[in-house]
Amino acid sequence: MTGPLLSVRDLRVEFATRKGPLVALDGVSFDIAPGEVLGVVGESGAGKSLTGLAIIGLLDPPGRIAGGEISLAGKRIDSLPPAQMRDIRGRRIGIIFQDPMTSLNPLLRIGDQLTETILAHKSVGRREARERAIAWLGEVGIPSPEKRIDGYPHEFSGGMRQRVVIALALCAEPALVIADEPTTALDVSVQAQIISVLKNLTRRHGAAVMLITHDMGVIAETADRVAVMYAGRIAEVGEVHEVVRDPLHPYTQGLMAAIPTLEVSARRLAQIPGAMPRLSAIPPGCAFAPRCPRVFARCAERPPLMAIGDRGAACWLYDRAAVAADVRT
Amino acid sequence: MNAADPIVEVHGLRRVFDVSAPFLSRLIAREPRRTLTAVDGADFTILRGETFGLVGESGSGKSTLARMVVGLLEASQGQVLIEGVDLARTGDKAARRAIRRRIQMIFQDPYASLNPRWRVGDIIAEPIRAFGAGDAGAGPGKRATVARVGELLELVGLHPVDGRKFPHEFSGGQRQRIAIARAIAAHPDFIVCDEPTSALDVSIQAQILNLMRDLQDRLGLTYLLITHNLAVVRFMASRVGVMYLGRLIEIGETEALFARPRHPYTRMLLDAVPDLMMSGRPRTPIGGEPPNPIDPPPGCPFHPRCPQAIAICRTERPAFVDNVACHLAQPTEQAPASA
Repeated sequence: MTGPLLSVRDLRVEFATRKGPLVALDGVSFDIAPGEVLGVVGESGAGKSLTGLAIIGLLDPPGRIAGGEISLAGKRIDSLPPAQMRDIRGRRIGIIFQDPMTSLNPLLRIGDQLTETILAHKSVGRREARERAIAWLGEVGIPSPEKRIDGYPHEFSGGMRQRVVIALALCAEPALVIADEPTTALDVSVQAQIISVLKNLTRRHGAAVMLITHDMGVIAETADRVAVMYAGRIAEVGEVHEVVRDPLHPYTQGLMAAIPTLEVSARRLAQIPGAMPRLSAIPPGCAFAPRCPRVFARCAERPPLMAIGDRGAACWLYDRAAVAADVRT
Repeated sequence: MNAADPIVEVHGLRRVFDVSAPFLSRLIAREPRRTLTAVDGADFTILRGETFGLVGESGSGKSTLARMVVGLLEASQGQVLIEGVDLARTGDKAARRAIRRRIQMIFQDPYASLNPRWRVGDIIAEPIRAFGAGDAGAGPGKRATVARVGELLELVGLHPVDGRKFPHEFSGGQRQRIAIARAIAAHPDFIVCDEPTSALDVSIQAQILNLMRDLQDRLGLTYLLITHNLAVVRFMASRVGVMYLGRLIEIGETEALFARPRHPYTRMLLDAVPDLMMSGRPRTPIGGEPPNPIDPPPGCPFHPRCPQAIAICRTERPAFVDNVACHLAQPTEQAPASA
């Protein structure tokens, strides 16, 4: 039996402020199996991007990991010195950001950027590296890659640039790819193409993916499992079809009902009252309680992520003792 | 309210931008002037009380079209009639002013569209002071304005005391509510909404879309809704226009257009939307990206990406006939919708 590729346990990220630390991530735990696609979904400020940054050691100060453990293939990586972490990024964890121009150097030909990355992480010669770079461009669907390899990023369209970024993230054959909103900046017709490139290539090369997005549709298309985040915590985690069709946590239920779809024409959309609390004002107990239609006495205490079959939900509704006690009172 | 009464008529609307390099650079590089046709001959009608959705990808010209409809941008050609009056040409100042009051706009970014130095109450009161609170014409007294602002804040789900705060004290969704309160302050009939929920999270988007529908029912508003999100259009609009590279390529009743898209591009857009409910909706992936609008392909602008393109598509631009601009479109069996 093999263990998880990535294991995050009780991750806590704080931002030091003059008024004391702000807790941005609180007790975040999840695993990603080798080759698995885990979707991380949540609204802005829920902490999904921060989770990704914490894993790759790129939290900007004053943000810092204040507790918990992050392990890659059984080895802790949350307290490595910067030089070792740099080596892990790229070689073992590939990264794709929302805006392709943040990952591409506008002054370098894309071929040079790819070749440098391959040379840095693989023991191959320059000619071999260039050949691999051309092969990668072909794999991500760039037409006539042997010509395009000498182009500069500005000569590529948005969708083509994101393909180059995918090639860059995968060319060192990492075991894990962290993709943070990889399709958000793209038009719908291009978005579908990029999703399928990402999905097919990671599957072909056996890489696991942590796919961070606010778009439940993208998750439903791509992920095997999904973790739903709310106010710096994981509200629910489970197999993606089950979570989409039968969400357990009242927040996920509200979120799914609020999304307009092409399939259902409704007179009104279901809505969750209020908005997600700011980091400085996360209520004690369950963070969703003030907006929750099913709130009860037990919610004054913070719910742990409870196992329900092979799924998990941080909600007291799934604690028999809590519900029974509530019925009695 | 007459159901078939047009409030906005757009005829042959066209907008060309000059995107040439500065004169001297052009002279040195011996380059000709370059132009970009952002909107190329749009014709449509918006009926009173309906929501007309305009969808398209970035660069399709939908925002340019919206800006011409409200009069923020001058048309290069064609005309926009609002209740039969051409705002750009009419010499009658009073008529122009009366119509101006009845058109408002809601923008995408609620962080950029509210003056950060003004209190929310003043932001909402501005159109009341400018146009008067109703058809009476003259500006109302101070007390009446304050009362009206409080009423508007409640109407959009905020509290009257929120009027004393500044925009930065509100979240994105609340700011969009403030923008909506400002838009409805002077009793408009017609509101142009340019991507009103694109900057918002889905749970907040649901609140804003529901609010827009409620206000439409209560105040009898007509919306022109611009968005790239097809699911939002499906939820909000009664009729939809699809734009591609500056051209309106299909107009239809929402239900019919989503069930039986007639233009291959519309079909492609629908197929590109992720299947959230995993209903197994059959989908054909389509390659390519929208071409550069400075240098559009000859013939039908969609032909390089179109799976059904035939010889004529490469050379001849399809006319917009029977609500669709495609050489291969089948005529509809029922009478064409009024547009």
